Amino acid sequence: MDVEVLARIQFAFTIAFHYIYPPLSIGLGLIMMIMEGLYLKTGDKRYEQMTRFWIRIFALIFGIGVATGIIMEFEFGTNWATYSKYVGDIFGSALAAEGIFAFALESGFLGILLFGWNRVSPAIHFFATIMVFLGSMFSAIWIVVANSWQQTPAGFHIVGEGMKARAEITDFHAMLYNPSSIDRMLHVWIGAFLAGAFLVLSINAWYIIKNKYLSIAKPAFKIALVVATVFSVSQLFVGSKSAEGVARNQPAKLAAMEGHFDSSAKAPMYVIGWVNKQKQETRGLNIPGGLSFLISGDFNTPVKGLNSFKKDEQPSQVNAIFQFYHIMIATGISMIALTLLACWYWKKGTLFNKKWLMYVFVWSVLLPQIANECGWFTAEMGRQPWVVYGLLKTSDALSKTVTANQVVFSLILFAVVYAFLLLLFLFLLNRKIQHGPETAEDEDDEVHTHTKRDNPILSH
Amino acid sequence: METFLGIDYNIWWFLVFGAVISGYAILDGFDLGAGALHLFLKKEQSRRIAINAIGPMFDGNEVWLVIGGGALFAGFPVAYAAIFSAFYIPFMIFLVGIIFRAVSIEFRSKEPMLWWRTAWDIAYCVSSIVIALTLGLMLGNIAMGMPLNADHEFSGNWLYFFNPFAILIAITTLALFMLHGAIYLGMKTENRLYTKLTILAKNFTIFFVISFALSTFYTLLYIPHLSDAIKTNPVLFTLPLIMTLAIANIPRCLKKRNFRVAFLSSSITIAALLILVAVEVFPYLVYSPQFPLNSITVQNAAASHKTMGILLTIALIGTPLVLLYTSFVFWTFKGKVKLDEMSL
Repeated sequence: MDVEVLARIQFAFTIAFHYIYPPLSIGLGLIMMIMEGLYLKTGDKRYEQMTRFWIRIFALIFGIGVATGIIMEFEFGTNWATYSKYVGDIFGSALAAEGIFAFALESGFLGILLFGWNRVSPAIHFFATIMVFLGSMFSAIWIVVANSWQQTPAGFHIVGEGMKARAEITDFHAMLYNPSSIDRMLHVWIGAFLAGAFLVLSINAWYIIKNKYLSIAKPAFKIALVVATVFSVSQLFVGSKSAEGVARNQPAKLAAMEGHFDSSAKAPMYVIGWVNKQKQETRGLNIPGGLSFLISGDFNTPVKGLNSFKKDEQPSQVNAIFQFYHIMIATGISMIALTLLACWYWKKGTLFNKKWLMYVFVWSVLLPQIANECGWFTAEMGRQPWVVYGLLKTSDALSKTVTANQVVFSLILFAVVYAFLLLLFLFLLNRKIQHGPETAEDEDDEVHTHTKRDNPILSH
Repeated sequence: METFLGIDYNIWWFLVFGAVISGYAILDGFDLGAGALHLFLKKEQSRRIAINAIGPMFDGNEVWLVIGGGALFAGFPVAYAAIFSAFYIPFMIFLVGIIFRAVSIEFRSKEPMLWWRTAWDIAYCVSSIVIALTLGLMLGNIAMGMPLNADHEFSGNWLYFFNPFAILIAITTLALFMLHGAIYLGMKTENRLYTKLTILAKNFTIFFVISFALSTFYTLLYIPHLSDAIKTNPVLFTLPLIMTLAIANIPRCLKKRNFRVAFLSSSITIAALLILVAVEVFPYLVYSPQFPLNSITVQNAAASHKTMGILLTIALIGTPLVLLYTSFVFWTFKGKVKLDEMSL
C-alpha cells in the first residue's frame, strides 16, 4: 500500500479511537456539574456520593483522552508535514489557543476535582468542577473551529507556489466564524452531551436491574434522562441545520451523503439504501424529493449531483459516506424515541418497573458513540479528495520524507497499544462500576473492608 | 517587520516557545524523574506515596508539552513539520511511552495483588526513563543539527539520530530529571523515605555532573559550532557559571535539609541548560551542518506577522491565567503527602 493510504488509515484509526473519550468527558462534565450543584443547593448527601463516583470515572476517561490526544497533536507533523506547513498559520494558532485556554484549565483543575475533596471547601470544589467542564467545552470550540476551517476555509489568502504555498490569516474573526463553525460546534457539543448522558443512563440502569445502590441510581438516572431527552430532541434541529450548511458550502459532500448523481433531478431523502457508484444509482426506501425539501423547502427543486463535479474532485467512497450518514441519522432517531418513551413511563410512574427498558438503556451507551463516530466519518470522508476543501488535496499533504515502512511500523504499534488500552479501559471501568458509589449503607461492604485490610494507611 | 518593545515578533515567539519548553522540562521533569527512580524505592508504601506525590500534578504538567507543540505548530510551522516528520520513529516511541506512563499511574492502585503492582511499577519506571531518554535524544539532535534538503525537510536516515552526542545528551537529561525528581519527592515525604531520597539525590547529583562533563568535553572537541556564541560573546559565560553554582548548591541544601531551595536550584539548572542550547542554536531552529543554506531559522520558518500578533496576544492573555491556576493547584497540594481515601 502507498504512504497516502497508510497515513489515512493511521489517522482515521487514531482519531476514531481518541474520539470515544473527549465527548464522554464533555458530557460527564455537564452531568457532574448538575449533580454537584444539586448537592450544594440541597445538601443531600446522595448527590455528593454520585458526584464523587462520576468524578472517578471521569478521571479514567480523561486520562485515556489525554494520552491519545497528545498523539493527534503531533501526528500532523509526523505524517502530514506538507499539510502542517500549508495550514500552520491558521490550524496551528487554533491548536495553540486550545492548549493554553482550554486544556490547561481542564487538567489544572482536575487535580483539585479528584484529590481536593478534603483540601478545599465544597464551593471551591464546585468551582473546580465548573472550570473542568468549561475547559472541555473550550477545547471542543478550538478543535471544531480548526476542522471547520478545513471544511469551509475563510479569512485567509494563499502565499507562495508549489511546495512553498501556504495559507495565511487575513481576518482572524472571519477564520474563527467561518461558514460552518457555529453549526458544527453546536452539533458536536450536543453529540458530546448525549455521549455522557447515555453512559450515566447505562450504568445506573444496570444498578437498577441488579437492585444495587438504588437510593443513588434512581435520581442519577433521572438527571441523565432529562439531559438526554433535551439534547437528543435538539440535536434533530441542530443536525438538520448542519446539513443545510453542507448543502450550501460543500455540495459534493451532500450529494455523496444521499447518493445523488443527477443534477437536473429532484433529490430524494433515503431512510435506508445502497449506492452503486459504477452504475451511478442509489436504491432503497426513500421520501421522494425529501432532500430538495430540506434544502429549498420545495419537493421539486433540482439538487446539484455528483455528476456536476470533476472526476478527481468527487469523494471516492460514496457508498461508505452514504451508509455512515444514514447510520448516524438512524441512531439519532432511536435516541429520541428511547428517551421520549422513558419520559412517558416516568410520568406514569412506572419507569423503573420496566426491566426490558432498563436492559435497553444498558446497551444504549453505544448509540451516541456510533452516531458521533459515523458523523465524523461522513464529514471527513465527504470532504475528500480535499484535506482543505477546494485548496489542498489529501495526496499532496503528506510528509515527503516518511516512508511506507515507517507508517506501517507506527500503525502496528498503535494498533497493539490501543487494543491493550481499550481492554484495560473496559476492565477498569467495569471494576469501578462493580465497586459502585460509596453510599452510607455499604460502609462495611466486602470490597471496602478488603481495601482497608490491605492498605493499613487507609484505616487511620 | 513588526516589532513589540523593539524586538521582532518572530524572536518574541522564539522566547515564548523557549519559555514553554523550559516550563515543560521543569514541571514534567520532576514527575518523569520521580518515575525514573521509582524502582529504587523498595517498599509498597514508599512507592504509593511517591505516586501520590505526583498524582494531582502530572496531567497538568503534560499540558505544557501540548502547549509547546501548539506553539511550534502555530509560530514555526516549517520547523514543526520538519522536526516531527524527521523524528518519526523516536517520537512514536516517546508517544507510546506517554501512553504507558499515564496508564500505569492510573492502573497501579486498582488491584491490591503484589504482582499487579510490581508490573505497573516497572511499566511506570521504564516508560518514564524512555520518555526522558527520547526527549534528551531529540534535544541533542536539535542542538547538533541534521541534514536538510532545499524544502527544509530531513534528508537522512533515522539511525542518524542515535549518534554519540545525542546519546550523551539523552543520558544527561535522564540524570538531571532523576536528580530533580528525587528532590521533589524529598520535599513531599517524611521519615525514612525522606532519608533514602536524600541519599538518592546525592548520588544522582554525581551521575549528572559526570554525564554533563562528558557531554561538554564531547561538544568542545567534536561540535565546535555549539560554543560559537559563548566564544564571541563572553557575557554568555554567565550561563554555564549559573548552572555550576546551582548544581554546587544542591548538596549544600541537601545537607541543610532545605529541599525547597534544592528544588529551585535543580529547576534553575534545567532552565540554564535549555537557555544555553537556545543561545547556541539561535537564530537557527534546525541547523543543517552540510548545507547551512537549507537550515530552518527563526525567520524562514515563521508564520505570518498577522498570526504572530494573534499568537502573542493569546500568550499575553493566556500565560497569567495558566500560571494563576497552576499555582493555585500547587498551593492546594502543598506540604507532605498524606494518603487518604481519595489517594491512588
